[in-house]
Amino acid sequence: MSHFLDRLTFFKKTVDEFSDGHGIVTNEDRSWEDGYRKRWQHDKIVRSTHGVNCTGSCSWKIYVKGGIVTWETQQTDYPRTRPDLPNHEPRGCARGASYSWYLYSGARVKYPMIRGRLLKLWRAARAKLPPVAAWASIVEDADKRASYMGVRGHGGLVRATWDEVNELIAAANAYTVKTHGPDRVIGFSPIPAMSMVSYAAGSRYLSLLGGVCMSFYDWYCDLPPASPQTWGEQTDVPESADWYNAGFIIVWGSNVPQTRTPDAHFYTEVRYKGTKSAVVSPDYAEATKFADIWLNPKQGTDAALALAMGHVILREYHVDRQVPYFEDYARRYSDMPFLVRLTEKDGRLVPERMLRASDLVGGLGEANNPEWKTVAVDETSGELVAPLGSVGYRWGEGAKWNLEQKDGSGRDVRLRLTLKGTDADVAPVDFPYFGGRATEHFVSTTHGEILTRNVPVRTLTGADGQPMRVATVFDLMLANYGLDRGFGGGNVATSFDDDVPFTPAWAEKVTGVKRDAIITVAREFATNAEKTNGRSMVILGAGLNHWYHMDMAYRGIINLLVFCGAVGQSGGGWSHYVGQEKLRPQTGWQPLAFGLDWSRPPRHMNSTSFFYAHTDQWRYETLTAAEILSPTAPEGDWGSSFIDYNVKAERMGWLPSAPQLKQNPLALAAQAKAAGLEAKDFVAQGLKSGALEMSCRDPDDPANWPRNMFVWRSNLLGSSGKGHEYFLKHLLGTTHGVMGKDLGNEGAVRNREVAWHDEAPKGKLDLLVTLDFRMSTTCVYSDIVLPTATWYEKNDLNTSDMHPFIHPLSAAVAPAWEARTDWDIYKGLAKTFSEVAGEVLGVEEDVVLLPIQHDTPAEMAQALDVKDWAQGDVEPIPGKTMPSVTVVTRDYPHLYDRFTALGPLLDKLGNGGKGISWNTGHEVAALGALNGVRESGAAAGQPKIETDIDAAEVILMLAPETNGEVAVKAWEALSKATGREHAHLALPKEDEKIRYRDIQAQPRKIISSPTWSGIESEKVCYNAGYTNVHELIPWRTLTGRQQLYQDHLWMRAFGEGFVTWKPPVDLKTIAGAKGVKPNGNKEIVLNFLTPHQKWGIHSTYTDNLLMLTLNRGGPVVWISETDAKAAGIVDNDWVEVFNINGALTARAVVSQRIQEGMMLMYHAQEKIVNTPGSEMTGNRGGIHNSVTRVVPKPTHMIGGYAQQAYGFNYYGTVGANRDEFIVVRKMAEVDWLEGPLAPDQTQTNAPMEAAE
Amino acid sequence: MSSAINSALFGWYPYLCLTVFLLGSLVRFDREQYTWKTGSSQLLRRRQLRLGSNLFHVGILIIFVGHAAGLLTPIWVFDMLGISHSFKQGLAITVGGLAGVACFIGISLLAHRRLFDPRIRATSSFGDTAILLLLWLQLTLGLSTIFVSLGHMDGHEMVKFMNWAQGILTLQPAAAAYVADVNPIFKAHLLLGMTIFLVFPFTRLVHVWSAPVWYLGRPGYQVVRTRFAHGARQGMGHAQQRPASAPAVRPAPALTVRRPAE
Repeated sequence: MSHFLDRLTFFKKTVDEFSDGHGIVTNEDRSWEDGYRKRWQHDKIVRSTHGVNCTGSCSWKIYVKGGIVTWETQQTDYPRTRPDLPNHEPRGCARGASYSWYLYSGARVKYPMIRGRLLKLWRAARAKLPPVAAWASIVEDADKRASYMGVRGHGGLVRATWDEVNELIAAANAYTVKTHGPDRVIGFSPIPAMSMVSYAAGSRYLSLLGGVCMSFYDWYCDLPPASPQTWGEQTDVPESADWYNAGFIIVWGSNVPQTRTPDAHFYTEVRYKGTKSAVVSPDYAEATKFADIWLNPKQGTDAALALAMGHVILREYHVDRQVPYFEDYARRYSDMPFLVRLTEKDGRLVPERMLRASDLVGGLGEANNPEWKTVAVDETSGELVAPLGSVGYRWGEGAKWNLEQKDGSGRDVRLRLTLKGTDADVAPVDFPYFGGRATEHFVSTTHGEILTRNVPVRTLTGADGQPMRVATVFDLMLANYGLDRGFGGGNVATSFDDDVPFTPAWAEKVTGVKRDAIITVAREFATNAEKTNGRSMVILGAGLNHWYHMDMAYRGIINLLVFCGAVGQSGGGWSHYVGQEKLRPQTGWQPLAFGLDWSRPPRHMNSTSFFYAHTDQWRYETLTAAEILSPTAPEGDWGSSFIDYNVKAERMGWLPSAPQLKQNPLALAAQAKAAGLEAKDFVAQGLKSGALEMSCRDPDDPANWPRNMFVWRSNLLGSSGKGHEYFLKHLLGTTHGVMGKDLGNEGAVRNREVAWHDEAPKGKLDLLVTLDFRMSTTCVYSDIVLPTATWYEKNDLNTSDMHPFIHPLSAAVAPAWEARTDWDIYKGLAKTFSEVAGEVLGVEEDVVLLPIQHDTPAEMAQALDVKDWAQGDVEPIPGKTMPSVTVVTRDYPHLYDRFTALGPLLDKLGNGGKGISWNTGHEVAALGALNGVRESGAAAGQPKIETDIDAAEVILMLAPETNGEVAVKAWEALSKATGREHAHLALPKEDEKIRYRDIQAQPRKIISSPTWSGIESEKVCYNAGYTNVHELIPWRTLTGRQQLYQDHLWMRAFGEGFVTWKPPVDLKTIAGAKGVKPNGNKEIVLNFLTPHQKWGIHSTYTDNLLMLTLNRGGPVVWISETDAKAAGIVDNDWVEVFNINGALTARAVVSQRIQEGMMLMYHAQEKIVNTPGSEMTGNRGGIHNSVTRVVPKPTHMIGGYAQQAYGFNYYGTVGANRDEFIVVRKMAEVDWLEGPLAPDQTQTNAPMEAAE
Repeated sequence: MSSAINSALFGWYPYLCLTVFLLGSLVRFDREQYTWKTGSSQLLRRRQLRLGSNLFHVGILIIFVGHAAGLLTPIWVFDMLGISHSFKQGLAITVGGLAGVACFIGISLLAHRRLFDPRIRATSSFGDTAILLLLWLQLTLGLSTIFVSLGHMDGHEMVKFMNWAQGILTLQPAAAAYVADVNPIFKAHLLLGMTIFLVFPFTRLVHVWSAPVWYLGRPGYQVVRTRFAHGARQGMGHAQQRPASAPAVRPAPALTVRRPAE
C-alpha cells in the first residue's frame, strides 16, 4: 500500500535464519524487482525483417509492448540445412538491431508534408478552380512554378492532410497525362526483393497510368554488364551456404564481414574445413583478416591482375598440360570451340563476328534462323557443324535448344577447341592494347597500341563464294593472353617473367602485386578446381564494378572460372553480391507490379541514360569516344558523343526511352486511325519523315521533360544520385554546387544527334513526391513527402540471393501517427486519381514504344551488322530496327477498380518469364476463392486485391517458386524448347503452395524454377549455372554457351571482343577546381572511392543515432597517413573534397588501412547530419555523389542481339563512378550556415496570397 | 528588521520548511521510487570524485551531528554535566571549523567538477547543480559565522540559537524572538539552512534518508527474501512449502533406465 509504511518492520524484518545465522531470510517487499522484469517483458513477438538493399534478408523477432515496438532480436528458426552443412543462422547484424530506433525518432515523417509555398498556391487556385485546372494554373505560370522549385532543399515543408495532398498529386498526374503524355510521369523505386508489395504498389499505379518505372540496378552500378554479356542472365549467384562447399575462395573486392555480415559465418566455417582463401583488396579491409594471402593491387587495376592469373592458368593447365576436366568443360560449356571470322585491316587480320551457318554454302542445312546459328568444327569428322543450343535454335523451332553434343540434324558431334594440329595456317592477328593510355595516376606501359600475335587460321569458302578466314575462340583467346605456343611472332611470352601483356611480370608493374603472389594464387585456384571438378570460387562485390571499364575486370575473373570449369558446380563459380536483386518469385510478382493483368507492355526506362540526359550531365561530358576507341575498330564513324550513341541505341530499339516521343502518345492512335494506318506503321513513317520525333533527340525541350516524379523506398538524392549537384541544378532547379562550365561555354559541343540549347533548363520536374518513413535528403528536396509505414508496420515479402528462403515483413504495430503502408498510399492515390481524372481524361488509347526485349524472338534483330534507319541504312521496322509499337487502352476513370483487382489478361494470355510461358487460369481461380471476387464495377468478376496481404497472395500464388503446381508447369514449358525432361526438379513439391501465413510462421525454402539457373535440393546448395551444366539447358546467349568472345560490332569497335586491360579513364575534373579558390591550405589530388559502410544501415540509412554514435557522428572520409601528412591533415580535421562537379565536407579519418593515392568515403552519408558549409560553393557540403558525374559507355547500349538485348535491370548503361579524382584540403573555416537563406534565393514574383 | 518579518522568517517559515521536508519526502518515497537515488556520476568521470566526495561527506556528517547535538540538546543537560557555554562554543568552533574546512574543500572540488567537466555538466539536471551550489553557499556562510563567534566567546549567542531551535521543535509561538537581534550572517545561515530543508524532497538529497546505516549491524552475510509477499507463507502452512533456506529435493527417477552397453 505504502512503500513507507511497509518499511516500518523493525522488529520482524528477519523471518528465518540459516547457516548458523550467517544467512537470514527476510520478507521485505520485492515488488521493486518488477521494474527489472518489466524491462524485458513484452506483449507479443511478430516476425518481420528489414526492407533494405543489404542482401541480408534476415528474419527478426519484433517485440511489442503496450502498442509500442520496443526492440528486435534475431529469429533462429530457419529450416535446418542438411548434415555436414552449418545452418544459416544466426542472421542479422548490429545495424538491423538498431532499426527500431527509427519508429519513434525525430527523423520519422509523421504527417503528409508539402512545400508551404506550393500549398498556398494550390489552396488559392483550388478556391476558384477544379483540381486539374487549378494545377494547370500553377505550372503554366512560370513565376508561380519557379517560386516553389527554387527553394527545394531549403526547408519550408508544412503539414497537410491526406485528402489535400492526394488531390494535388492526382491533379498533377492527370494534367501531365493529358497535356504532355503519361510517359512524363515517372517513378523511381529500387530493389523489389526487399519489399515486393511496396514496390508493386507504386509500379502498379504507374503502369496502369502509363507512367514509367525507372530501373535501379544499372543506375546503382551494381549491375555487372559482364554477366548478361557472358551468360544472358543478370547476376545469378550461389547462395552463401555454397561457400561452405568451396575448396579455394578468392574474395575479390568484397568486404564480406562488413557488407555481408549475416553470411560471413559460412566463410569462417569453411576455413575450419581447410579451405584456403586469398583476398584481393587495395585497402586493408575487414575481409583481409580472413586471408591466407592478401593481394593488394593498386585500386582500379583488377583486370590486369585477373589477366595475369588467366595467363598462368592457360599456360599450365591448358597449353603445357591439358587437364581433361577443364578441356571437356571448355568444349561443352563455353564458346571457345566456335569459329570467329577474321577480316583484314591495314594488311593484318582482326577478329570479326562469329561465323554463322548462313555464311556457308547451304547454311549447313539450317533453314530456321541460320544467321543466328554459330559454327564450330567437329573433331571426329573434321566438318563444320552448327551445334545445338545457339540462339537460332531457341526460337522458331522446338526441342533443339539444349547443350547435348549434337548438331541440328541430330548427329553426335565433339567440338574441336583448337585448329592447331590440323591443316591450319598460321597468320598474324591484331589485338588492341590500351595499357599505354593510363593517366599519370596509374602505370602506363609502352607496348604499343596494337599487339600482333600469330594464330592458327583456316580458310573457308563463304556462301558468296569468297574465301573467308576463321579461327577458334580458344586459339584467339590464348593469343590474346599473350601465350607463346610455338607459332613464332612477337608479343607472346614463354616465361612468366617476360614483360609482355599479360604475364605476371607485366601485371606486377601495373598492379604493384608481386608476380610470385599472382602465380601462387592462380596455381592454387586451378589445382583445387582440377582436384575437385570446379570447386573454386570467387566472391566479388561491386567495388570492381563501379569502374568505367568494369567489364574488363569482371570478364577477366569470369574467364578464370570458365578456364577451371567452376561455373555451375557446387562450391564453385561466380559469387557476385551487390544488391538484393534476387526477386525469387519474380514471375508471380511481375503481373502485379506492372499491371500485366490489365495491359501490356508496361513502360520501363533505364535510369542511367535517363538521368544522364535529364539532369543534363551530358552537357558537361569531358570524356570522348576517341579516348576509349580501339585502334582495331572497324571502319565507321565512331566519333560521336556518348549522348549521341544513346540516341542511336534508343531509335534502333536497343534501349528504352522516357519520355518516348515529343508528341503526346495519347494523341497518336487517333491520328493513325485518321491516316488509315496501324499505329506501328504510323509511328515508323512519322519518325522517318520527321513528323514525329523521339524525345531523346532534345532532352532540354520543355515538351520532352519529365514532369512528375515519385520516389519511394529510396533515397535517390541522398544516396544513389550520381552527379548530385547536376540533379539539383537541372532536374530540380534549386541551389547547387556545380562548378564546371558546360560544353557550350567551353566551346566543345560535340553532339550531333541531340539539339543543343545555349541556356540549359533549370528545373524540369513540376512535382517531386517522396514516400518515406524518415526525413531523408530526398524528402528534404521534395515538394510533397508522404509518411510511410516502417518495416515493422506493414505486410510484405522479402527474398535475397544469399539464402533460399522467402519470409515476410509483418505489421507488428499499426503505422504510427498518420503514416500508411505503401500499398495503402498508392491505393488511396488511385482512388483520388479516378475521381479527379474525369475532368480531362476518359478511356484513352496510349501508343507505347518498347525496346527489343531479351528472351523474346525479337532478340534476334540485326544478326550481322548494325543498320541505323535514321541514316538511311535500312527501313524503320518496329521490333526489328526500331522499338516495337503497341496501342494500350487506359481506363483512367476506373484506374482504382483496376488497381484493386486482378485483371483478365492472365487468364487470356497466361503468365511467364525469361522466354517461357504457361497457362495460369487455375491460379487465378484459386486467387478468386482466396481473396474474394469483385462483385460489380469495372473489374466485376475479377479476384480482389484490397490489402497488402491480398497482394502478397497474388505473388505467392502465381510464382513457380512458391507454388509447386506452377513450378511443374514452368519446367514443362521449358521442356518444349529444350526437348529434355526437367519437371523432375519440381515434381516432389507439386502440392506445395506457400501462403503468406505460412511464411509468417517460419521462413520457407522456395521451389526450384526455370526462372533461375540453380536448384533447391537436399543434395546441393543453390548455385548459378547449375541447370545449364547438369540439365543441359543453354545459357541465353548467342552460342547458348558461356560467351567469352563478344562479337557485336560495337564491342569490337571499343576493343572489348576479348577481355583486355583498360586503365581508368581521365574525367578531367581537377584542372578547373585545383588552386582556383585557395584557402591557404595545401591541396592534393586523390582517387575517390565510395564503398559500402559499416556505420549505417547498408547504403541508405546513415542518420540512425545508434550508428552515428559508434563512429564520428557525421560524414567522414578516409585517407592514408602519407597523403594526410603531405596535405597537413591530422585525424578528425574538417576537410573539403571537391572537383568541378561539386564539393563535400567531412572529417578526415587518417588510417594505415588506406593505400596511398586513394580516398575512401563510405556511401550515402546523409548531408542532413552534421555537415557544414563548403568553402568552395558556399552551400552545405554535399553528399558523396556531389563530386561525381555519370559517364555512360556505348558497349552497354547494345541491343537486339541475343544476350545483348534489353531487359529491365538486365542490361543497359551503368552509373560508374570510381574513375573520379578529387582535390582534398583542410578547411580554414567551418561554417554551419545557420543563418536564414540569402534573400536573393527566396525572392519570388509569384503572388503569395494567404490560403484561406 | 521588523518583528513581523522576523517572526515570519524565524517563527513560521521553519514550519513551512519542515512540513514540506517531511511530507515531501514521504510522498516522493511512496510515489516516485525510481527517482529515489543519489544520482552518482562516478560512471561518467572518476576524476575529483573520490577525494571531493569523501572530504565532503565526512565533513558534512560531522557538522550535521554537531549541529543536531549542539542545538537540540537541552541546556540543562550541559549544565548538569558541568560544560560551560564558552567551552561548548570553543568545542563547536574547533570541531565544526575543522570539519567545515574539510567539507568546504570537498564541495569545492565537486562543484568545480560539476560545472566545468563537460560530461558531468551535460548530464546534470538543474536540481543537481543548484543543490550543490546551495550547499556550497551555506557552508561558506557557516564558516564565516566563526569569525563573528570569535568576537564573543562567552557562548551567549549560541544559547539563543539553542533556545530558538528547541523552541521551534517544542512549538513555542515566541521562538522567533530569540534570534531577533543576532548578526545578519547568522540569520542568512539560518534562512538558507531552512530553505535547504524546503527543497530537500525535490533534490538528490533524499538519499540521506536511505543512508544504509543498518548495514553496519546486519546479522548475516547472505540475505534471502521469502518467495511470499509479506509473510503470506506463514498463513499457508502447506506441506510442499519449504523455507527458502532448505534445498529443493531432487525428484527421484520414476524408474531406472538401463542403457545397453555401447
